[in-house]
Amino acid sequence: MSDNVYGDIVTNGLWTNNQALVALLGLCPLLAVSSTAINGLGLGVATMATLTLTNLIVASIRRWILQEIRIPMFVIIIACVVTAIELLMNAHLHDLYRVLGIFVPLIVTNCAIIGRAEAFASKNNVVRSTLDGLVMGLGFALVLVFLGIIREILGYGTIFRGAELMLGPWASDLTITLASNYDGLLLAILPPGAFMALAVIIALKNKIDRVQQRRSANAVSVAVPLQSSRA
Amino acid sequence: MSDNASTSQATSPFVPSSTSVGAVMRKVIYALIPGVVLYMILFGWGIVINIILASVSALLFEAIMLMVRGRPLRMFLFDGSAVVTAILLTLALPPMLSWWIPVLGSFFAIVVAKHLYGGLGYNPFNPAMMAYAILLVSFPLQLSLWAGPLDLIAQPLTFVETLNYSLFHQLPGAMAFDSLTAATPLDYLRTQVGLGQTVEAITRAPIFGLLGGQGMEWVNSAFLLGGLWLLYMRIISWHIPVAVLASIGSISGLAYFLDPAVFANPSVHLWGGASILCAFFIATDPITASTTPLGRIIYGLGIGGLTFAIRTWGGYPDGVAFAVLLMGLVVPLLDHYTVPKVFGARTDRGNQ
Repeated sequence: MSDNVYGDIVTNGLWTNNQALVALLGLCPLLAVSSTAINGLGLGVATMATLTLTNLIVASIRRWILQEIRIPMFVIIIACVVTAIELLMNAHLHDLYRVLGIFVPLIVTNCAIIGRAEAFASKNNVVRSTLDGLVMGLGFALVLVFLGIIREILGYGTIFRGAELMLGPWASDLTITLASNYDGLLLAILPPGAFMALAVIIALKNKIDRVQQRRSANAVSVAVPLQSSRA
Repeated sequence: MSDNASTSQATSPFVPSSTSVGAVMRKVIYALIPGVVLYMILFGWGIVINIILASVSALLFEAIMLMVRGRPLRMFLFDGSAVVTAILLTLALPPMLSWWIPVLGSFFAIVVAKHLYGGLGYNPFNPAMMAYAILLVSFPLQLSLWAGPLDLIAQPLTFVETLNYSLFHQLPGAMAFDSLTAATPLDYLRTQVGLGQTVEAITRAPIFGLLGGQGMEWVNSAFLLGGLWLLYMRIISWHIPVAVLASIGSISGLAYFLDPAVFANPSVHLWGGASILCAFFIATDPITASTTPLGRIIYGLGIGGLTFAIRTWGGYPDGVAFAVLLMGLVVPLLDHYTVPKVFGARTDRGNQ
């Protein structure tokens, strides 16, 4: 049974309740920063770290947080973590930090983070909450990177441009140029392109879900007695 | 609907209706023909090639989307709406373009702006203008290079040479693309006013003609005739065209009256750019325009005012597309608040 709980947390975070695709939380950074894969990865990792740490902290002190002032407490915790991460990025990934600009401190306002603190970390133990923060952040980061890849291919005709911002000078070789003589679809880099690409990804996810549902519906007709006995 | 066998199981009253979508769209196409022919004569073959490219690809995308969505192919594919969209989109684009720009425009118009929103009758934005706006934002360079009127060009291209440019991006010999293009009157006006020239001096440039832009004024006059024919045939009502032209004319007239050195005279605004095409063909789109008489007048006034504002203070030389799209956003509100009183309704609470 306990295996199942952790498995549920993982599938929830990565797929069923993906913060970007299902809950549609934190769209502001998602849409603003995902113009390239590396930008998306940078902000995605920062968000993931924040989410993991805040869930960890909130879960470990949840017994001492007064119910009436829990939201301000969460905000203070999140703000402290984000400030620490921002200073770390400024020190170690300065170029990327300059590209992401205001969106790193704005992680504070990402509703996915306070949402997980309120909905999960304040009600579950430390291990589960930390795992939840990690996979929720991972799900968010994966969408951010995927969106970044789509927009970058359409907008610049490359993948992983500017990788050196994150990984150091050697990583400039990582940039894959798909079309060297490409004018670029400016729309993909502008905000409307982000909305369209996100809509396409959500539609794709819903389609996959529906196909799976149809398949499992076919399977259920055989497994009905088993399910009813479990209930 | 009259030309569709599958809807013949009608109930009373048996009043024949001649206004099927197909019939309306055919008449709109007829009304556009004189302007398009003049455009071709005065500006070269590019417009014809673009219309063919855009129409064929629009029909193709329409067919694909109808098949994907499981809709009856025959009924929707040949109602002409895709072709009208393609022609209007093409008329908004510069005539000398690489082939993929009109095709991509058709994709955005038919697939994104029309079918993703639910198909004919459900699209909240004018598909042609939506596609044009997307292209303009995405490819600002290609969409700002307009072929000049043939009178002003030393060596006009033949049909084959134009086709060669469209498909392979090749010009004959050592010809530079710049020798084929000219600033549009509104573009020229905009940059020169920005440089501090007076409008009177600017409009003496060869690119300006009698009423508006050299050449384009006759194309627009032909569109005006076609539009008046549509009015006469009762395909469109008078509200939107009159409101659009009246607001552009009166606002630009007032501005010209107040400061003729900075603002162009009303005829440049009316016969330049896409004002007439917009008033009769674009803003009158039955799906995305307001449907009540008062709503249509407000809609038209808004388009005219926004067009003038974007031309004068905005970031682009012409503002018709953005004006139509912006007013398209307001249409549900306009329709909600301008519902005409039903005959016999009690007046004391009729306005709630």
